[in-house]
Amino acid sequence: MKHYVIIGNGVAAAGCIEGIRSVDAESAVTVISAENHPVYCRPLISCYLEKKTDLERMHYRSESFYTDNNVKVLYGRSAAKIDAAAKTVTLDNGETIAYDAVCNASGSSPFVPPMAGLDTVEKKFSFMTIDDTLALEQAITPESRVLIIGAGLIGLKCAEGLHDRVGSITVCDLAPRVLSSILDDTCAAMMQNHLEKNGISFILGTSAKEFQGGHAVMQNGAEVDFDVLVLAVGVRANTQLVKAAGGEVNRGIVVNDKCQTSLKDIYAAGDCTEYHDISSDMNKVMALMPNAYMQGRTAGVNMAGGDTVFNNAIPMNSIGFFGFHCHTAGSQPEGCTMYEEADENHIKRLFVKDDRLTGFMLLGHMHRTGIYTALIRNQTPLSSVDFARLQIEPQLAAMGSDFRNKVLKGVV
Amino acid sequence: MKRIYVKEEWCLGCHLCEYNCAFANSGMTDMVKALRGKEIYPRIQVETDENGVTYAVSCRHCTDPICVKSCIAGALSKKDGVIEIDHSKCVGCLTCVLVCPYGAVVEDGTGVAQKCELCMTNSHGTPQCVKGCPNGAIVFEERGEAE
Repeated sequence: MKHYVIIGNGVAAAGCIEGIRSVDAESAVTVISAENHPVYCRPLISCYLEKKTDLERMHYRSESFYTDNNVKVLYGRSAAKIDAAAKTVTLDNGETIAYDAVCNASGSSPFVPPMAGLDTVEKKFSFMTIDDTLALEQAITPESRVLIIGAGLIGLKCAEGLHDRVGSITVCDLAPRVLSSILDDTCAAMMQNHLEKNGISFILGTSAKEFQGGHAVMQNGAEVDFDVLVLAVGVRANTQLVKAAGGEVNRGIVVNDKCQTSLKDIYAAGDCTEYHDISSDMNKVMALMPNAYMQGRTAGVNMAGGDTVFNNAIPMNSIGFFGFHCHTAGSQPEGCTMYEEADENHIKRLFVKDDRLTGFMLLGHMHRTGIYTALIRNQTPLSSVDFARLQIEPQLAAMGSDFRNKVLKGVV
Repeated sequence: MKRIYVKEEWCLGCHLCEYNCAFANSGMTDMVKALRGKEIYPRIQVETDENGVTYAVSCRHCTDPICVKSCIAGALSKKDGVIEIDHSKCVGCLTCVLVCPYGAVVEDGTGVAQKCELCMTNSHGTPQCVKGCPNGAIVFEERGEAE
């Protein structure tokens, strides 16, 4: 009988539990959960504000998930230290837990750059957790003027969630475009236009210089009066524990495709990690929920003595605002060529290099896009498929009859 | 488990499976009322290859389903081999559409995801695309499991 410890209680932890139990039904599993909530669907906090879901339906797994899997959860506790030699985790209350294998799935934390006068702002919030969301909800009124710092995925989802519940929303970002981590200028302009049509105002290409209570002054001189401030500048991987234990850390905890860190019996999964993106052949922090689950599951299987890898990770995002969607995946390496289709309501951009689809950006029309994603993930040689046909529409018909027969006539 | 398989040599390309699917999942009892004058959003789709060969594509109920692993709402799950969407939990993020390698999860026309559930979750209990195929080109049978 072994003891597996999981630090964190997000989706990577849930994957880790399910991975462990797919191999080892008996051993003890302890989850250290800083948040006082069972695992929930973090990206849905904006849907909560929008009233598209509620706290009950935001649970990622059933009510009996932990008991069904015989997992002990330490709510309200965090890990203070991992001792790789002694194989123990020390909790914030000083208690020490011995492990046979541990998975650090501690996620990421909001990053707030120093901004003058931030301490004079009375109502300011991050937007990462249920507790952040409930606190923000308490602070808003139908008249609130909301200023959101950050036009990335978190900031814009927050804007969408608040839209029908506040008076006005202004979003500012140092980047000159919205969703700068996933969209290029052209695609971002279309998305920004859609957001503006829905009443969101933007101040881009500049950052907040100073706050005086409910008054913000930007570097470019623009001024905004607000009642509620949301800080969604960015997040940083929680690497401290593994770093302090002597493990290799860059911007995230470095893991291999088995989700092992550089330290024996210490695994890591989810937003705290840095791992290999096969579309760009680079190691990156890819804080994405599907990948977090797959990493967690991989770590869990390996911790429990199984042998598996997650070796085809790519960045990918499905995100929409006010009914207008975008799908992005992979990357745009230098020297890639682009196939493009566009009209006023949709854009399709496919990026190709060395006979491979390396990435895409699709706005406005999302139909069967997973066929494109699979081309990136499987690094399918485009010379082996009818890519001219695929460019127009994703379809199995362009993948050759052998592939199609395997998929449609057998078990996959 | 039993899955849907296609016999492309028998497929006429008539698209009836698409209509039967849309009707079966409409919750209505009159096909004309359910479908007339409406754009349909079937969970099965007929494709045509470069030689004019047609066949229908629907969820493969994969042994290792990436849609379930990727769902950010905890709405997709596998129950007795059938991959189902809990529509009370789906928020329409369409991550499943982004990851399904076969293009078998699609938007339902109202902004949320839908997929073939083998007619196990509607009132029929047996796949209506199979039942209604006029030439036996779609079958529902056991073909051996790797699991």
